[in-house]
Amino acid sequence: MELFNQIFVDPFVTMYELPDLLLQTLWEGFVSGTLYSLIALGFVLIFKASSVFNFAQGIMVVFAALTLVGLHELGVPAYLALLLTLGVMYLLAFSVERLVLRHMVNQPDIILFMTTIGLTFILIGAGELVFGGEPKAMITEELGLPTGSSDWDVFGGIVIFQHIDIAAAVIAFLLILGLAIFFNKTRIGRALRAVADDHQAALSVGISLNQIWVIVWFAAGIVALATGIMWAAKSDVSFALQVVALKALPVLVLGGFTSIPGAIVGGLIIGFSEKLFDLYWGVPILGGGTESWFAFIVALLFLLYRPEGLFGEKHIERI
Amino acid sequence: MMKKLLMGAAALALAGSLNTTVNIAGASAEDTLYVPSLSYRTGPFAGNGIPFADGFADYFNMLNERDGGIGGARIIVEECETGYKADKGVECYEATKGKGALAYNPLSTGITLQLVPKAPVDKIPVFSMGYGLSAVAIGEKFPYGFAYPASYWSQMSSILKYIDSNGGIKGKKIGFIYLDAGYGKEPIPLLEKLAPEMGFEWVGFPVGVKEMQNQSATWLNVRKERPDWMIMWGWGAMNPTAVKEAAKIRFPMDKFIGNWWAGAHADLESVGETGKGYLAANFSGIGTDFPALQDVIKHVVEPGKSQVESVEKVGNVLYNRGLFNAVMMAEAIRVAQEHTGKTVITGEDMRWGLENFKLTEARLKELGLEGFTSPVIASCKDHEGGGAVFIQQWTGSDWERISDPIPPMVEQVRPLLEEAAESYTSEAADWQTQTCS
Repeated sequence: MELFNQIFVDPFVTMYELPDLLLQTLWEGFVSGTLYSLIALGFVLIFKASSVFNFAQGIMVVFAALTLVGLHELGVPAYLALLLTLGVMYLLAFSVERLVLRHMVNQPDIILFMTTIGLTFILIGAGELVFGGEPKAMITEELGLPTGSSDWDVFGGIVIFQHIDIAAAVIAFLLILGLAIFFNKTRIGRALRAVADDHQAALSVGISLNQIWVIVWFAAGIVALATGIMWAAKSDVSFALQVVALKALPVLVLGGFTSIPGAIVGGLIIGFSEKLFDLYWGVPILGGGTESWFAFIVALLFLLYRPEGLFGEKHIERI
Repeated sequence: MMKKLLMGAAALALAGSLNTTVNIAGASAEDTLYVPSLSYRTGPFAGNGIPFADGFADYFNMLNERDGGIGGARIIVEECETGYKADKGVECYEATKGKGALAYNPLSTGITLQLVPKAPVDKIPVFSMGYGLSAVAIGEKFPYGFAYPASYWSQMSSILKYIDSNGGIKGKKIGFIYLDAGYGKEPIPLLEKLAPEMGFEWVGFPVGVKEMQNQSATWLNVRKERPDWMIMWGWGAMNPTAVKEAAKIRFPMDKFIGNWWAGAHADLESVGETGKGYLAANFSGIGTDFPALQDVIKHVVEPGKSQVESVEKVGNVLYNRGLFNAVMMAEAIRVAQEHTGKTVITGEDMRWGLENFKLTEARLKELGLEGFTSPVIASCKDHEGGGAVFIQQWTGSDWERISDPIPPMVEQVRPLLEEAAESYTSEAADWQTQTCS
């Protein structure tokens, strides 16, 4: 009976009694959800173009953030450091295509996946070599990002909006929108979709596979930089940040590996559900700490009923 | 950066032939003392591992440079990278134990738990300074385990005493946020035991290792529970994130206390002014205003024989913690040499040294560390040495000591430690114990 109450009664009583906390939870879920969407987008871009699950996306987040902060520590002004970091991410995309992917054409997907694991270790080593392993503070104010917070007095309580969270949500939204337009409405975007559909057919109509790979890896690099800035502002720039990218996995399972809208919707579902579950069910019943696994349970349930995700393409094989 | 890159490339080229370990000081095999250092300069916890490893190595290097080692034998500190992972820690142990290792300082509760059963078998002590298995404080049950200057349980009791002396603890609600791993869970039995005795209520907030930088749900729970005080058992990126999240929900910083692994410069520098007022326990001095630290700078750091990034990092909380670890090791070596009459000692001799060194006020002064820490008196029975913690506060840019030493609640903690030690050793087959007079 107690368990019944904990599942079906108490959470809703708490929601009713503390509506401001519910609103705060929804806001935190929304902010986390947009950031998860952004991380997942980095994976989707590369998967669409090359059917490769880019294991290195997490370390690209760290590498981009470290480069930005590292350049600033060397005395480079923040905005110039931002531009130079974009340059470094382009160079990385170019190098990955020229030194790695080009030599992997026609290899099985699993080989390409293993390649990105190798790339992860190279980036970890390079990052630690150049910038060291010590955590650094994100240059939030220097980049003109807002700090501080605003309160909303509501239902006899308050909802606190951190300005950096608002900025994170807005930037993530704009970036997702920009990338969606770029890949859906431009010539390069159409080429990308053609590559995603069929490599051979795309090549036969003159689309440069190599150029497309550089573009998508660079786009994933931009996404990594944005994610790194926003997430590091909530904590610090350290190699621990790379594990945050693991949160993209359930998002991708939910939204589908090839769908930009899927990444957005999947991210928001995970963001909202994990915060609500942990607060209202996780702590009273399981003692808390459910954030580290709840998203994967949601993904597992989706896998059982919709293996291709919410927006993924259904694979029909003729026998 | 280019210099670092070139140095890095050279290091990489060397790495292939030198394995993962680095010799800090060279000496002939005959009159050397081998001290393995299970460090982590890479991975998610590197920010804490680096300054600790630097302080540990630099003190021994200073003894080599200034005094020619200890008792005429030079010290070889060999680092082995664990990445804070238990399996790698055990790998490092197995790879180095045959080289004449005097003692192991795992700098990880997870690794310590793996090594504690191995220590009596290989006859090499495990010295987990202020971490690891609290029960090793009972010397009769753990002849080869040491936790100077205090165990986690003793530390927790000192923190509770501090809370009690600042507004009283009876009737209060204490929130306990902890890394959801062996380390973070270690003091929970003590909280469960002391809560009814001291009349407080406690509520736990676990943070998964993968969620260290994603704690917003945890802090929503804190907001819901409205604790009067928060105590944190955090490590690595968990610490700055928690302090930022606490500030976000407007939790009063002067009611938020981290343990001694959640109060380093690396933890709060990225937080800055936001964390002003945050408290943390500590047992080792802050800064370089100690003759021993000045000797380290003069003999090791300035001549470029240290791995420390810059001289400004010397004196930081974790640098000094690593240095203090080396000080206690050096004292144990000295005592063991005097006792055995040997220059080159073994792990068994070192065990005797670790049970018999006396870091009194007078001795600390001789070592150039007056006021650096509370006295640590080793004994056969007491493997935590009666050390005391003090509380420090973050000013927005640096740590400032704000309390006198707070001794642990020995009368309450000791019986619990004995109970835990009995429980651990009774479950282990053929566990080696000792009788203390």
